[in-house]
Amino acid sequence: ASGAAETRSTTANTVTVTSPSRANDDEPTDAVRHKLETTGYRVGQGLVERFSKDRPRFNDTLDVIKFLCKDLWSLVFGKNIDNLKTNHRGVYVLTDSVFRPFSRMSTEAGGQAIVRAQPYLWFPCGIVKGALAALGIDATVQAEVHELPGAIFQIKTDQSKP
Amino acid sequence: MSSNKASRIGEEIWKTRIDKVNTELVTLTYGTIVVQLCKDYDNDYEEVNKQLDKMGYNIGLRLIEDYLAKSNTMKRCTSFRETADMIAKVGFKIFLNITPQVTNWTNDNNQFSLVFDENPFADFVELPDDGRAQDELWYSNILCGVLRGALEMVQMQVEAHFISDVLKGNDTTEMRVSLLRYIDDELPPEDD
Repeated sequence: ASGAAETRSTTANTVTVTSPSRANDDEPTDAVRHKLETTGYRVGQGLVERFSKDRPRFNDTLDVIKFLCKDLWSLVFGKNIDNLKTNHRGVYVLTDSVFRPFSRMSTEAGGQAIVRAQPYLWFPCGIVKGALAALGIDATVQAEVHELPGAIFQIKTDQSKP
Repeated sequence: MSSNKASRIGEEIWKTRIDKVNTELVTLTYGTIVVQLCKDYDNDYEEVNKQLDKMGYNIGLRLIEDYLAKSNTMKRCTSFRETADMIAKVGFKIFLNITPQVTNWTNDNNQFSLVFDENPFADFVELPDDGRAQDELWYSNILCGVLRGALEMVQMQVEAHFISDVLKGNDTTEMRVSLLRYIDDELPPEDD
């Protein structure tokens, strides 16, 4: 019992110690972010290779994005994307209003839940990038959380850049 | 609890109480983690084994809660033999949908093997062809850590390691699990 109590207080300490320093010292966080994104990228690539091989050829980018929103999303996150918006010039905004990795998260009041949830988007963000790359689409992908448990993924394909 | 009953419980929980995820997602994610560790530790496979075991240990410490909540068996195993059965037929069943065989007991009933006929972590895996990984890397080593961590939380100190792996060209994938001791409940000193 004492062990458990100790562990808990250590964790609490770590959180208070690291959160202020994180803003000043971006370096380790950036490295972690990069690593998680790369890991996700590889997974996304592998998944697409396995799960797109028996389907008809994609007609255009929108077709690929739809595959991402339906097939890939339900494969990885157990549900479809809830909302897809596009400006028809290569920018796509995918909204998942109950993002599975967030569905059981909670913090104490004022626990900066949104800030602390952000790192959990790095791996999925990599998956999306890797999946798109495997289907021949170069894109920048940004994932954001505005309100838990929702997540928003913004995909800017090369087509959107001048 | 009889071994058959454990199988039925495992089967029942798997069917009714488990949120499933896609196997390939698990396989690819685990594979990517191992690859990343090999990179991070410059193909020092001893170290990769150690890190995988450590990651598993930290998972095990928490996973036991989920196991207890889902299995809902409400009572302690009466022997290490029963523990082994529950690990194989309930634990592995509900978390990985596999049931390794429990076998090769020592006479004192303190050591057994888990033989894996299937292992979702190792699907479509090839070990690096550098002449060392085949000898040194225990690809699924995270599982040893998971058992060590989970059992520690229910007062059993165990040691677990793989002794063969089909990825290395062996005929079977076998993990050896030894009970070192039952951990006594220790009261925190300030409560005396």
